[in-house]
Amino acid sequence: MKRFLLPAFFFALLVAVLYVGVQRAPQKAVIPSALIGKPAPAFTLPVLGSPGEFSESAMRGRWYLLNVWGTWCPECLNEHDMLLEIARSDTLPMVGLNWKDEDSAAMSWLSQLGDPYDVVAVDRDGEVAIDWGVYGAPETFLVDPAGIVIYKHVGPLNREVWQKQFLSRLPTERSSS
Amino acid sequence: MRRFLPLLLSMCWISPTFAIDPIEMSNPALQERYRNLSHELRCMQCQNQSIADSPVGLAGDLRREVRQLLEEGKTDREIRQHMKDRYGDFILFRPEFSPRNAWLWITPILFLLIGLFVAIRIIRQRVTLAPTDGSNPDDSGHEGMRDR
Repeated sequence: MKRFLLPAFFFALLVAVLYVGVQRAPQKAVIPSALIGKPAPAFTLPVLGSPGEFSESAMRGRWYLLNVWGTWCPECLNEHDMLLEIARSDTLPMVGLNWKDEDSAAMSWLSQLGDPYDVVAVDRDGEVAIDWGVYGAPETFLVDPAGIVIYKHVGPLNREVWQKQFLSRLPTERSSS
Repeated sequence: MRRFLPLLLSMCWISPTFAIDPIEMSNPALQERYRNLSHELRCMQCQNQSIADSPVGLAGDLRREVRQLLEEGKTDREIRQHMKDRYGDFILFRPEFSPRNAWLWITPILFLLIGLFVAIRIIRQRVTLAPTDGSNPDDSGHEGMRDR
């Protein structure tokens, strides 16, 4: 009897390891951002539909969202209503990063579907997206007033993700308002 | 057979020399390093291809980034770090040792040691058991002779 003890122990260990692995498998499909807890990468880019420039340092002192999107991205269309809802809730400002897109296409997208963004920066050749570690639109970053990246969500936003992953990370007096 | 000849001939075109991005760097040494680096970096969108093999837009952007960094005189190590800072360990096809993935590197060695330990114990057991196995060691010897 005693000789089965050790193999049984290893078998139980294997079962435990595989169980945890399978349970966590869905989360593993999403690659966590290397930027979490680090300063948001600096950039200065042209603003969509206006001659000015926008730099991420303009957002210092405020919580904000940075949403990476493009008119070529079908999932961006799926999350657009949620973005509009977030904009209406007036929780925090939203910066759009228009990624490898045509200005004209982006502008007609916003005029047709509604514009949830406070400002849209144009990253036509994808340089800034690389600095932010973007690998697939839509991606949404949450940045704190000190300019530190707090969280990144890959894929379309929905109400559940918004409440669980974003609102819960904001200071309470802000999320309740 | 003749029907397939055009098809077979067209296949001659498929060759590794037709890289996705047949870019020439300013000198052959850089070209070689570019080739190596672009095969070592993962295309984050397709995940099982290197940026050298992938036709998607982001892979092209990352190849451009690698070329720029090479032209700026960055070392291979610096370029790998540059990519890791932005995309995490996952972008490297040959991940580096870090506290986070230490167990991945250590467990195979650990299991080898456990196996070695178990094997030595079993062998020792057999060696000490062998003489006490038969009541008379001479008997087994004779038996072996007879069998032959």
